[in-house]
Amino acid sequence: MSEPILSIQDLTKHFGGNAAVSGITLDVQPRETLAIIGPNGAGKTTFYNMVSGRMTPTRGKVLLDGQDITGLPPHRISRLGVSRSFQINNIFTEMTVRENVEVALAALHHHSRRWFNLASRDTVLQEEAQALLDRLSIGELAERRAGVISYGDKRLLEIAVVLATRPRLVLLDEPTAGMTPDETHRVTALVKSLADSGDYTFLITEHDMEVVFSLADRILVMHRGEALVVGTPEEVRNHPEVRRAYLGEEDQEEQEAGA
Amino acid sequence: MKQTILLGALLVALIGLVALPWFAPYFYIFIVTEILIMGLFAASFNLVFGYTGMLSFGHAAFFGVGCYATAMTLLHLKWPFLYCLMLSVGAGALLALVIGFFSVRLNEVYFAMLTLAFGMMVFSVAHHWRSVTNGSDGIAGFTVGDFGLGLDLTLGNPAVYYHVVLVLVVVAAALLYLIGRSSFGMILQAIRQNPERVAFCGLNVRSYRLAAFTLGGAFAGLAGGLMAPFLRVASPEMLHWSTSAEPVLMSILGGTGYFLGPFVGSAMFILLETWITSITQAWMLFLGIVLALMVMFFRRGLLGTFLDWWLERK
Repeated sequence: MSEPILSIQDLTKHFGGNAAVSGITLDVQPRETLAIIGPNGAGKTTFYNMVSGRMTPTRGKVLLDGQDITGLPPHRISRLGVSRSFQINNIFTEMTVRENVEVALAALHHHSRRWFNLASRDTVLQEEAQALLDRLSIGELAERRAGVISYGDKRLLEIAVVLATRPRLVLLDEPTAGMTPDETHRVTALVKSLADSGDYTFLITEHDMEVVFSLADRILVMHRGEALVVGTPEEVRNHPEVRRAYLGEEDQEEQEAGA
Repeated sequence: MKQTILLGALLVALIGLVALPWFAPYFYIFIVTEILIMGLFAASFNLVFGYTGMLSFGHAAFFGVGCYATAMTLLHLKWPFLYCLMLSVGAGALLALVIGFFSVRLNEVYFAMLTLAFGMMVFSVAHHWRSVTNGSDGIAGFTVGDFGLGLDLTLGNPAVYYHVVLVLVVVAAALLYLIGRSSFGMILQAIRQNPERVAFCGLNVRSYRLAAFTLGGAFAGLAGGLMAPFLRVASPEMLHWSTSAEPVLMSILGGTGYFLGPFVGSAMFILLETWITSITQAWMLFLGIVLALMVMFFRRGLLGTFLDWWLERK
């Protein structure tokens, strides 16, 4: 096996007395797509927050290409090639769709330090932003205000902003949540093509098992903050504990964990 | 088409401002001079508030320090006016850098409270450090000599001083406007809308907020410097927290969403104050009513509400 791009060691986060994430140890290989599943409250988002620098772990380490990034601020981690989306749309609602992407590109190309250019004439950024939007099939929305486009398009736009930072490691937090079946299909196909391009490593949290099984190379099942199982989709599907705890029908235990 | 009309209106307004001394009585030259200076002060505040989303309640500190810098330099060193102003810009920026260093790491109400606290400290220093600031009497008795650059201007003449203020305010406002339209300005507006997303794009939000705060302080310092010869005194009231409220009120009256909003707000504020105080002492009551109505019904401010309506109209 090659050197892991992301190495998580005993990652733990306590809130008060409760462990939201507890002792996760995991290696993520370059260019793989790892899905993280588990009921609401299993600690998936907290896990993301620690990897992306939004929260400092109580214990444990996050290594990116062997370099310790534990507790670095989000902007530093972003510069190292990690980008993420959020469960709730996290875009610039008063800007146009294309300007949203231009902000990320301005950061990437250091145009953000230019005080006396005209942002509206920055054709380099505009063309690059437009190309990215076209690739995500929302190019025709470029001039619309981001706050007024449809929910699914906002989620696609957030993915565009995430990709504009040119990450190597992308963390998607429930990318298809609340989407129509058609939009879900679009996002799944998009992530698949990006993963196949070999430029990205993906972590994806997702509730839609169809999406999970069609994208994931490996699956991490989280339950009450702990890693229950890590394995290939086939292994996870057949794992008795997973079947009982998560994949089973609406049994007692899932409802309890989801509360 | 609408852009042309707006540019035309702006040009007409500028020509009117240039020609003002030839048709308006002295009284209104004073009024408009004050509107311009306070408009620049409010616009410098709006870079921090309307663009970057930081509600500062200590902006008078930079305005006041700029005023003291020019007043004291004129009194003790008798420098040409332009150099005094440069010193005011530097003093405003430096003070904003220091206060901002501690303040921009906090958000929303905590940021507002911390800037208010720093503003009170600066006021207190000016009020009590009598040997330097002359306490509550302030710095007075200075005269303005040369402008600098070898220009022969009689700055003591209110009409001449008005033109100097007009040129400097227009140049400063143009700079502020261009900064707002730059890539840097785009990032500031992104920070107002969603600082977290900007951080996750790889930018240190705190440094950008500090840069905006410092720039705001620099332009407020310039406005303060221009105020010194106009008032003929630099006094602690200019640093008082109630002075910090003025750019806030002006920006909201005119509208924070358009660049010229604070200038329109400054005109509204000063004209209302002038007209109402000639009728009744209770001008704050009327200002309060106008402000309450604006916030309830025209939250985008006078200019903002008008432009929103007019630009959306077919």
